[in-house]
Amino acid sequence: MNEYVIIGNGVAAAGCIEGIRSADSEGRITVVSEERHPVYCRPLISYMLEGKTAPGKMNYRDEGFYERNGCRVIYGKKAVSLDPVKKSVVLEGGEELNFGSVCVATGSSPFVPPFSGLETVEKKFTFMTLDDAEALKNAVTGESSVLIVGGGLIGLKCAEGLHGLAGKITVCDLADRILSSILDSGCAAFVQKHIEEMGIEFMLSDSATGFDGNTALMRSGRKVKFDVLVLAVGVRANISLVKDAGGECGRGISVNGRGETSLPCVYAAGDCTECTDISSGARRVLAILPNAYMQGHAAGVNMAGGEEDFDCAVPMNSAGFFGLHVMTAGSYDGECDDMSPESGIKRFYVKDGYLTGFILVGQTERAGIYTGLIRNRVPLSEIDFELMKKIPSNLIFSSKIRKKRFGKVVK
Amino acid sequence: MKRVYVNEEWCLGCHLCEYNCAFANSGLSDIAGLRGRRIFPRIHVEGDEKEGITFAVSCRHCTDPLCVKSCIAGAISKRDGVTVINREKCVGCLTCVLVCPYGALSPGEDGIMQKCELCTENGGTPACVSGCPNRAIVYAEE
Repeated sequence: MNEYVIIGNGVAAAGCIEGIRSADSEGRITVVSEERHPVYCRPLISYMLEGKTAPGKMNYRDEGFYERNGCRVIYGKKAVSLDPVKKSVVLEGGEELNFGSVCVATGSSPFVPPFSGLETVEKKFTFMTLDDAEALKNAVTGESSVLIVGGGLIGLKCAEGLHGLAGKITVCDLADRILSSILDSGCAAFVQKHIEEMGIEFMLSDSATGFDGNTALMRSGRKVKFDVLVLAVGVRANISLVKDAGGECGRGISVNGRGETSLPCVYAAGDCTECTDISSGARRVLAILPNAYMQGHAAGVNMAGGEEDFDCAVPMNSAGFFGLHVMTAGSYDGECDDMSPESGIKRFYVKDGYLTGFILVGQTERAGIYTGLIRNRVPLSEIDFELMKKIPSNLIFSSKIRKKRFGKVVK
Repeated sequence: MKRVYVNEEWCLGCHLCEYNCAFANSGLSDIAGLRGRRIFPRIHVEGDEKEGITFAVSCRHCTDPLCVKSCIAGAISKRDGVTVINREKCVGCLTCVLVCPYGALSPGEDGIMQKCELCTENGGTPACVSGCPNRAIVYAEE
């Protein structure tokens, strides 16, 4: 009987379980879960603060998920080492698990720079897990001033979540704009204005260098008073298990479309990995939920002796900020076609006859038609590109293609 | 399983499917109740009326749907082949809109996603198909 071990219990692990079971209903699956929760929807923690969801509704799969799939879950334990020769994983406390194949789905961890005086801050939080979010919620009152260090997706979603709970929220970031990993200056300024109108304050091109109790010492020399500190500077892929075992790693554990690492019988999936972004051809950590599920599923199928290649990974994000939706996909290294209306942003990036990326702010209807063109590498010569830039419509395809899309069963 | 298929050469572009869908999911007793209201149907007519090309777009109930795999709330799933959404779990992030290659999904009036579930909750044949005057959409095995 096959012995499968999955290290991690997030969405990539859930994908891996479902992938294994699609090809092998018998083998034993052991899941090592550092967090003491069944798989939950991590990106929902800001919505939980906001009251749009609650811990009881944030489960990713139903209650019978592990039992139905014949999984043993070890909660509250961390894997400390992996031996690809002995084919075993050692957990803290010394327990050793043997595997036929293993999937490393350890996710990422908040990166906390070495700030001076951080130990003097009483109420400090990162914003990554359900436990982080619940602790933060309990620490904030209507009178609290909150300082969020980091104006990326995590910091801004945290700000939105805290909006109705805290008295005052300030976001600082060393970058000159918010959402710097997905937006250029113009787009970022548009979104920033909207968020500022909701009462969130920004300090950009400036960040905390150290702390003294309830005061942040800023790079600019300013001092900022706060009651609650959130550190959302960035995240780092948890690669050490594979790296220490001699597996190839960049910023993430290096995997191919089958989820294989450079070590035999060792697979990896999700936020801890780096893979090929087909919109640019570059190797990147694509720490997004859809990617985690699909990589996990492919890894699981292959671990169980099946064949699945997840070969169309692209970065993409959909996030709303106080009702303003921002969608981005792909890479922006091509030529930019700016079709922005007055009330929003709509930019397309084109390279070598293919759509490589887009940024949509406020105008997000049917955006998946664009994403499909990137994921499926559709030559723009095959569609009505001029129409596509104006409206996202299936009219951009030929009637023959439409017949396939709407007249047949589709995968 | 049965799905909704499109015969675009028969579509009149009348938008009746949109109204029948909105009515079927409205809880109203009379379709006249929709008069003067903005509707949020789960099917929409696309095309170019001047060119004489129109067609209705609704969920394709893909066999291996991207929306299910991408939903950050675990709210979309497959039930007997039908792709269904749990609106209690959805938070309205629109990731499904970002990934659906058919552009078949749009939010409801409350900003929470809704989708075609083939009228499984409305007693059988999809209302859009029943009301189509020209068989431009049909409910059939492939």
